[in-house]
Amino acid sequence: MSSDVKPTKGSPVKSVDMHVGEIVPGVPKKDPIIVADHVTRTFGGLTAVDVDHVEIPRNAITALIGPNGAGKTTFFNLLTGFDKPDTGKWTFMGKSLAGIPSFRVARLGQVRTFQLTKALSLLTVLDNMKLGAKGQKGENMFVALLPWLWRKQEEEIEAKAMELLARFKLDTKAEDYAASLSGGQRKLLEMARALMSDPTLVMLDEPMAGVNPALTQSLLDHILDLKTQGMTVLFVEHDMQMVRHIADWVIVMAEGKIVAEGPPDAVMSNPAVIDAYLGSHHDQDLGEDPDQEKENVNAIKELLDADDKS
Amino acid sequence: MEVTGLIDRRWTRPLVALFAILIVALTLGGGLSASADSINDDSDWQIKGNVKNDGEPLGGVLISVSGNGFTGEVKTGDDGKWSVGVPEGGKYTITLDESTLPKGVIVTDKDGVVIPPTREVEFGATKTALSNYFLGVGVRETTSFFDQFIQRIFTGLSFGLLLALAAVGLSLIFGTTGLNNFAHAEMVTFGALATLTFAVDFAWPLWAALIVAIVLSGAFGFVLDAGLWRPLRRKGVGLIPMMIVSIGLSLALRYLYQYLYGGSTRQLPGADGADLKFGPISLSPLDLLSMGISILAVIGVAFFLLRTRLGKATRAVSDNVSLAAASGIDVDRVIRIVWVIGGALAGLSGILFAFYRPGVSWDMGFQILLLIFAAVTLGGLGTAFGAVVGSIVVGLFIEISTLWIPSDMKYVGALVILILVLLVRPQGILGRKERIG
Amino acid sequence: MVDFWQIIQNAGVELISPTTAAYALAALGLAIHFGFTGLVNFGQAGFMAIGAYGYGISTLTFHFPVWGAVLVGIGASIVFALILGVPTLRLRADYLSIVTIAAAEILRLIFTTNTLEAVTGSADGLSGYKGGFADLNPIPDGTYGFGPWTMNAYDLWLRIVAWTIVIIACLLAWQLMRSPWGRVVKGIREDEDAVRALGKNVYFYKMQSLILGGVFGTIAGMIFILPRAIVPANYATTLTFFIYTILLLGGAATILGPVVGSIIFWVLLSAVSGFVARAQAAGWFDLIGMSSVQAGQTRFILVGIVLMLLVIFRPQGIFGNKKELAFVK
Ligand SMILES: Nc1ncnc2c1ncn2[C@@H]1O[C@H](COP(=O)(O)OP(=O)(O)OP(=O)(O)O)[C@@H](O)[C@H]1O
Ligand SMILES: [Mg+2]
Repeated sequence: MSSDVKPTKGSPVKSVDMHVGEIVPGVPKKDPIIVADHVTRTFGGLTAVDVDHVEIPRNAITALIGPNGAGKTTFFNLLTGFDKPDTGKWTFMGKSLAGIPSFRVARLGQVRTFQLTKALSLLTVLDNMKLGAKGQKGENMFVALLPWLWRKQEEEIEAKAMELLARFKLDTKAEDYAASLSGGQRKLLEMARALMSDPTLVMLDEPMAGVNPALTQSLLDHILDLKTQGMTVLFVEHDMQMVRHIADWVIVMAEGKIVAEGPPDAVMSNPAVIDAYLGSHHDQDLGEDPDQEKENVNAIKELLDADDKS
Repeated sequence: MEVTGLIDRRWTRPLVALFAILIVALTLGGGLSASADSINDDSDWQIKGNVKNDGEPLGGVLISVSGNGFTGEVKTGDDGKWSVGVPEGGKYTITLDESTLPKGVIVTDKDGVVIPPTREVEFGATKTALSNYFLGVGVRETTSFFDQFIQRIFTGLSFGLLLALAAVGLSLIFGTTGLNNFAHAEMVTFGALATLTFAVDFAWPLWAALIVAIVLSGAFGFVLDAGLWRPLRRKGVGLIPMMIVSIGLSLALRYLYQYLYGGSTRQLPGADGADLKFGPISLSPLDLLSMGISILAVIGVAFFLLRTRLGKATRAVSDNVSLAAASGIDVDRVIRIVWVIGGALAGLSGILFAFYRPGVSWDMGFQILLLIFAAVTLGGLGTAFGAVVGSIVVGLFIEISTLWIPSDMKYVGALVILILVLLVRPQGILGRKERIG
Repeated sequence: MVDFWQIIQNAGVELISPTTAAYALAALGLAIHFGFTGLVNFGQAGFMAIGAYGYGISTLTFHFPVWGAVLVGIGASIVFALILGVPTLRLRADYLSIVTIAAAEILRLIFTTNTLEAVTGSADGLSGYKGGFADLNPIPDGTYGFGPWTMNAYDLWLRIVAWTIVIIACLLAWQLMRSPWGRVVKGIREDEDAVRALGKNVYFYKMQSLILGGVFGTIAGMIFILPRAIVPANYATTLTFFIYTILLLGGAATILGPVVGSIIFWVLLSAVSGFVARAQAAGWFDLIGMSSVQAGQTRFILVGIVLMLLVIFRPQGIFGNKKELAFVK
């Protein structure tokens, strides 16, 4: 499959000069699509998210990075209405989203993917795609009974789905169950499905995790392509190489807070960011990171053994 | 067409609450009450009697009959007669509702001495049992509402504690394997049936029968895990299919019990001890013993979970199976032990329930299965201590609610509470929320 | 000797009996809930009870005409679905199962309590509500059919109505499930968060599905009482479990599965229990000391075992897609 991928020539064109004034965490943007204020979320005693102020620039690719358990996924959940914050409010294109349920957020044009891929296994790849389309008449239960009312729209949606699938090199799989796809293909499908709704802002939670290197390049191209189509992208990623390659702006989270932001090169040489990664050893996330896992395993072992001595 | 927003939380919550209140109000109001002077005429077993006030028959007196899982109410006809068909022989409790008598008239014996309005009848050689009431003028020292309340609290505690034993086992199994085990009811019945077999059919001393029954119950849990659930886990069967397997198992076992033991209710020895009086509370020594045993067992489980290595391993498995496995915990062994403990606790709970009802029958576990589930859900699925709290809430609620609602509706209250609590705290009383994404 | 011809004839009766139709319709409702939407509804018996009592009480207490009684039943089941769904459809799947089973049991206890005897007939139930339905019968009196399917005009009328309803319900469900609505609902079964992220009001779709399948169950409850009386004990949890057995026999996410499942279930159940009863009477089981009462109980033991074996060895049912099996967890 990798042989089909068009190699990107040179570096992508970066958007620059999006902020106003000095670059500090929470710096205002010239044209923000999301503005969040005082968003906090605690789990028991743990403060997972504590974002004072952050703005996401429009029509740019913003990377959200940070060590395991920094609160990136939780922040995504909050922004998209999948979780409720303890405090705080935020706007999407000037509209306040606090308290808006997740499906409405998606309808407003802010769609997301999940860190743990959510392919709808027992639906065909094509049905997965069709589900993504907005404003389907046949999704009303009563209209559904009258197929002539929605058949034409269905055909249009199918054409669009096939076109997108072709772009993501999944068109040969259209009639297969999504369950039969590989992990990387599922990531692609999830992203393609999200695009079916013509979103304004695409939020990708670790789109590259688990994707083999051959596919990575094509995924990167897709993400860059979104920007040229006028969309805004916010994505979480652990691979710094990739972040450096495609992001226009980078926001760094650690222990729930925004600790730094700026253009990729500047951020990566920022000592605060290195500190954040080094100082992350006491978090409690049970992520895929093998070292992290080992640490947790050891903690449990210690707990178990403590009593044998007594 | 935009179809959203039709179902809006703001008004749906009050709506549900309103409906629940409506159900309770309907039952409380009692606007519609029993009017026949006989029910279940076609039943083989009949309890009959008449009510006479100073030698004259008295109509419209409310009589209720309960026992062996049956409850029924009749009003005497103008000839003072009443009859109630019951499903089987055995002992029944008859109560004359004195509030339906003319003012100043109460239950007496033939000689006009005041006696309690509640009595027991037992079928003898025939399928008809008689219970006549004589009335006369007199005053009764009634138990005050407060005293009844205290009494109910104790009965409720005792019931709640025995529920807790079954609920903790169910909760541990759910926590470690994710299985909603519907066949837990049959594990409860198993303990009672085993006791019955050894104590009555083999005529062993009760203490020996009890020990053997509990050991067998634990072994039953072991066999179920090793013979059925572990192979299914190996096969990678999903949780909902597993739950349906447990439903099939429950059906098969329950009717197998009926096949083997028949449909009647039988008594364990020692079920009829005299009551002890503690102020307003009257408790049988059995009630006290039952509460004591339940408390000890719950403390035992708590000690196991909090203080032993295996208990901690169990909690680790409940928390995160793959992490526990990676820490070198033998997950299969932990689950096996949980099944043994769950089985033994369920069996013990069944034995205590047999004394509480009283009686052993093939579907006794199934009768309280929903209450066990309600308790586990109330406490928060998968949290063992939540299950104890949930059970006590359910037990207390059921007993206390009978002060206001008819006793054949007492389970309704508990189930309504379950639904209401889920409205306010979906994760249960002690549960925690899940993460998304 | 054991009269096999009689056993086959009795089993044949079940092939088109209204009871088979009622279970098929109830199972189809459950297919919409469980097979297509992934809602674990353990309260289908409650929906059936609402149909039975809604129809019976409207007819007997309020003297409603047939159509009025049917509408009352359907209205009540929609209200019931709302009450069940509002608190639980936002929660994890296992909560729905416990709340629905509890709600169905609450209904049964309310229908059984002596307090409401004047309306519900308490444990004795209700009868004498069939007049209105019989009056609608356009078929002249007489004997119809042949062999095991010999019946009078009322029975023929009842079978025609029952199976017509089943066919209409199947067509309705079939059309829905191949529409975009069906796609959303199946998506919810697979992963509701994913569907939510695509801008669908998951809660609302689940509610629609719960109501639709519930109404099917309610109408099934009405068909169920036309050949018999209303007895509250019929609506215990075991009824729901039987319907699950039927559903899984046919295939949970299929339209024809519930119908064929119901036919197979009843024909087999009749044949097996007929055989066991007759064989016991003929003394075949004397070796294990089976009594005639015990012979009657074996059918429940068998249903339980069949349910287990089905789920373990053929989870997709008879009609389920083989291709799906590879991915069924
Ligand atoms: N539902 C929850 N209940 C309890 N704690 C939670 C929950 N969700 C997240 N957390 C905790 O909040 C913190 C932030 O988690 P989050 O998933 O947002 O991290 P992340 O930045 O996405 O990490 P990763 O890079 O590993 O995906 C972690 O410590 C995690 O354990
Ligand atoms: Mg994350």
